[in-house]
Amino acid sequence: MVDTIVIPLLKIAILLNAVLVAVSYLVLLERKVIAFVQSRLGPMRVGPHGVLQPIADAVKLMTKEDITPARADRWVFTAAPIMVMVPALIVFAVIPFGPEVELFGRSVPLYITDINIGLLYIVSVASLGVYGIILGGWASNSKYPLLSSLRASAQLISYEVAVTMTLVSLVLMAGTLSMVGIVESQRDAGLWFVFAQPVAFAIFFIGGLAETNRAPFDMPEAEQELTGGFHTEYSGMRFALFFLAEYANMIVISSVATTLFLGGWLRPFPGVEGLAFLDLIPAWIWFVLKTFVFLYVFLWIRATLPRYRYDQLMRLGWKVLIPIAIGNVIVTGVAKVLL
Amino acid sequence: MAEAFVFYGLAALILGFAVLVISTRNTVHSVLYLVVNFLLVAMLYVMLGAEFLAAIQVLVYAGGIVVLYLFVVMLVNLKRPPETHQDPRRQTRLGLALAGAVLAELVAIIVYSSTGESVPAAAPAEAGMVEGNVEQIGMLLYTNYLIPFEVASVLLLVAMIGAIVLAKREL
Repeated sequence: MVDTIVIPLLKIAILLNAVLVAVSYLVLLERKVIAFVQSRLGPMRVGPHGVLQPIADAVKLMTKEDITPARADRWVFTAAPIMVMVPALIVFAVIPFGPEVELFGRSVPLYITDINIGLLYIVSVASLGVYGIILGGWASNSKYPLLSSLRASAQLISYEVAVTMTLVSLVLMAGTLSMVGIVESQRDAGLWFVFAQPVAFAIFFIGGLAETNRAPFDMPEAEQELTGGFHTEYSGMRFALFFLAEYANMIVISSVATTLFLGGWLRPFPGVEGLAFLDLIPAWIWFVLKTFVFLYVFLWIRATLPRYRYDQLMRLGWKVLIPIAIGNVIVTGVAKVLL
Repeated sequence: MAEAFVFYGLAALILGFAVLVISTRNTVHSVLYLVVNFLLVAMLYVMLGAEFLAAIQVLVYAGGIVVLYLFVVMLVNLKRPPETHQDPRRQTRLGLALAGAVLAELVAIIVYSSTGESVPAAAPAEAGMVEGNVEQIGMLLYTNYLIPFEVASVLLLVAMIGAIVLAKREL
């Protein structure tokens, strides 16, 4: 009873809250990082160094007027932000934050569930997120959101192919689709997969940037051309859901990349005995640290690189990344058979 | 008992959404009902213990193919009224004939499966060899069902080449 219902429900509640808090502080972090890159201070007014800014933002967004455009498709317009947010949150069900730990005399695994198709679950749930974007743009009955949502979905579909191909070569290495199994196979190999699959890692990261609509692939939100993107007509909390979903997706991509390529909860160089003292730091802290590095790189890239042109973006996706990813799968397969 | 309850609930929802798909006037809404339909079918697969199939159903059908449907619906102007055919009852007659054929097929399957000996689709000993859903499907695809698998991939290749030939006027 306690093990099958109470503990999973508690874990889900804690995880959802942690993700939402992390998302709102990621927004603040982004503003701060970009401000420092541009020699500014960023938010400073609310709390010391602006640390309470997310709370002020939340109050502002919740008290804003909720507008539905007159000619909008009312139901689809309401459903679209939900359809973006839900996949971004339920993906966390299979992400392993750590191994089993002893808590109050019980052995509690630091993940909600470990299913034998975990990686496939992530890919398939993430592929549903595109509906919210495409329908939000369509239901607004406005030309800029529609253009933007078509751009966004074309981009997502294109880069999904390359990203899924890199996952195939990774699964060839690990021999399992379970997220926990992938971390354990890195532990048994004594090697983070980023060193065994650098090409797959690079493609996964570029594809991850494109799939979360982040710079330099933030075409769907190009303010200069599209006045903001598929959420132009949204206001208040509905806009906030789109916004939060984008940052939740950044956390998803970062934690999946951590699990697949950076050994999940493992310490650096898990094969080297001399570094065993690093195990003093709890496993989940390693996981959070690695995820944080990815998130920081996301923000760093946003502050540094200009945006791609749309035809360049499509060319990069279809003519560069996908052929390299397929070649990588073949090379991995051949190496796996020969070695 | 609980399993039958879930199954009949899911089946009723699937049929209900299937009816909505063809009865809604708004094409985008119709595509949305189709997505819900595919997700419910995926739930049916989960209930049957075929998690791999369920994930593939969501990934390929709900996440991939229907997105392309949405693209086509949005890019093609559907406001234009359909051209009226010479014979307005032609569609009705064709529909009745097709429905009759499907009904006959269903009756044949029900009669056959309730009277005839049920033949297991695959040797169960094969499935016991390896653990897990994915491994079992992989083993079956590359042993017992190798030829249908290869035929399906050749079919996809042909479709791909056909699409390229259609899209590119001169090669």
